[in-house]
Amino acid sequence: MKPKNIVYILVLIFFILACKKEVTQLFEGFQKPSNFPEPVYKFQNNNITKAGFDLGRKLFFDPMLSVDNTISCGSCHIPTSAFTQHGHSVSHGINDLLGTRNSPPIMNLAWSSSFMWDGGIADLDLQPIAPITNHVEMGETMSNVLLKLKNKTEYAQLFKAAFGSEEVTNIKMLKALSQFMLMCVSAESKYDSVMRNQKTFTTDEKAGYVLFQNKCNSCHKEPLFTDNNFRNNGLQPSNLNDIGREMITLLPTDTYKFKVPSLRNLAYTAPYMHDGRFLNVDAVLEHYKNQVVQTSNLDPFLLSNGETGISLTDDEKGKLLIFLNTLNDRKFITNPLIAEQ
Amino acid sequence: MKKLLLLFIPLVTMSFSCKKDTVPQYNATIKAPLSIEFDNIIGGSDLQLGTASYSNANNEQFKVTMLKYFVSNIVLTKTDGTKYTVPQDSSYFLIDESKAATLSSIINIPEGEYAKLDFVLGVDSLRNTKDLSQRTGKLDPTGDAAGMYWSWNSGYIFFKMEGTAVVSPQVNNVFQYHIGLFGGYTAPTLNNLKNISIDLTARGIAKVKTGKTPNIHLLVDAMKMFNGSTNISIATNSVVMASALSAKVADNYANMFQHDHTEN
Repeated sequence: MKPKNIVYILVLIFFILACKKEVTQLFEGFQKPSNFPEPVYKFQNNNITKAGFDLGRKLFFDPMLSVDNTISCGSCHIPTSAFTQHGHSVSHGINDLLGTRNSPPIMNLAWSSSFMWDGGIADLDLQPIAPITNHVEMGETMSNVLLKLKNKTEYAQLFKAAFGSEEVTNIKMLKALSQFMLMCVSAESKYDSVMRNQKTFTTDEKAGYVLFQNKCNSCHKEPLFTDNNFRNNGLQPSNLNDIGREMITLLPTDTYKFKVPSLRNLAYTAPYMHDGRFLNVDAVLEHYKNQVVQTSNLDPFLLSNGETGISLTDDEKGKLLIFLNTLNDRKFITNPLIAEQ
Repeated sequence: MKKLLLLFIPLVTMSFSCKKDTVPQYNATIKAPLSIEFDNIIGGSDLQLGTASYSNANNEQFKVTMLKYFVSNIVLTKTDGTKYTVPQDSSYFLIDESKAATLSSIINIPEGEYAKLDFVLGVDSLRNTKDLSQRTGKLDPTGDAAGMYWSWNSGYIFFKMEGTAVVSPQVNNVFQYHIGLFGGYTAPTLNNLKNISIDLTARGIAKVKTGKTPNIHLLVDAMKMFNGSTNISIATNSVVMASALSAKVADNYANMFQHDHTEN
């Protein structure tokens, strides 16, 4: 063999190995970003492993979890839209049925103390039961999902690799789904790099950040950009009259309260609000500036000296939008590890 | 003498047997079975699902198609006041009128004479917040408890009665009473758990002893759900789930248990 050919082959081998290496190195387990607080998820009850995560990812994108095998978790939580259903005001389930609320992003759930817009679920492991069994979402029964998984041979090996035995159980299935969702961590935005002293804000971004801290940070608390609380942000109640958190607590003081959503990845998660009524961030800022409706339990942060909303000049609005753009995490939405395989 | 001896032996045996019958010896270190029977009735009638028609205090005619409820955290008290708490993991029961096997349950408790039965009607608040791995068997929200669990407002349904009534404005004239709420996890809510305490002295204490399976026979009157301190009208409240009225419904059905007799 000519030396030239050997070099050629070596280079080829190198590339093949390099590619392979990249894929295997992608999974590094759950890692807390250095600028994040301690997670609230009880990892002691569900140790994340590569095999568990792989099974969870497979389940997440498997339409068999719905009654007519058409809708997967990933149908309403699309990775490239930061796990929201892009372009849909409310979630679109089986048989073209529509839900009543906007699909929230699946990101940084390890730091979330409750789930759903009304916080009706406190444990991530129990969360998937709600959409799977909801008649307008996936419309299936959990027992039938388990039966379908048992009949699909490829799952036996995945369950065994993840949990030591081929037996398909609800506990394994739900814990695996949690493992996948917990790995959907978004912490690679420009904001995060700045916080980790790896980058610096531009002048406008910095000005926007100061405005954010003065006008938004009390509810959209850094670094997750939500305080995990429930608040009435003064939206005009729609014809549906969704009372939000009151459905869970039965307290009139919780009427029209919804969970404060994170401001991360706004560029990919339109439309906004619990019912997806605002098509762009500009409309959201316009709401806070001019359209806040005073109801009996409007959040106190949106009421000062009898004036509702947040005062914002057009210049301030522009700078705020520039800052909010630093919260978009392109690496998160293009991460092959958490994409459908 | 020999003759006398022959006469004497049966006499002694007999006297011993008599003694044994009147004052049984219990060994509190040994466990023996006890059966608790939940005999569902409605007013003065045996409950018949789907067929018979009944009438509540508001004179509304109705039929019952489903009756299910959770019983948990059983405690038995001996005549001397000693309490025995059934280990929690074997102390959850889902009574379902459509499944005969669920209508009586056998538990193993220390030998002795028991005069009081206590249990929780519902699933205790602590278990409502437990990890999935501790929600197996009757408590599996994806299996046995699938119809007795709210996925959207994570928690168990304690009591479920469904049926039909001409006065119901719902589609197909159905009525549905699904009562849960354990006090809330992320925020305080209603607590509709009910502690039920049943005195067995008047109608027969339970004599628990190896080789026997005494049965505490309870009559469970589903009519009590409608009739009580607040008479529930199917016409006005055909569906009650997670709402303020659920507390009134729970107050009513908390009175549905009565001890009929004990078969020792």
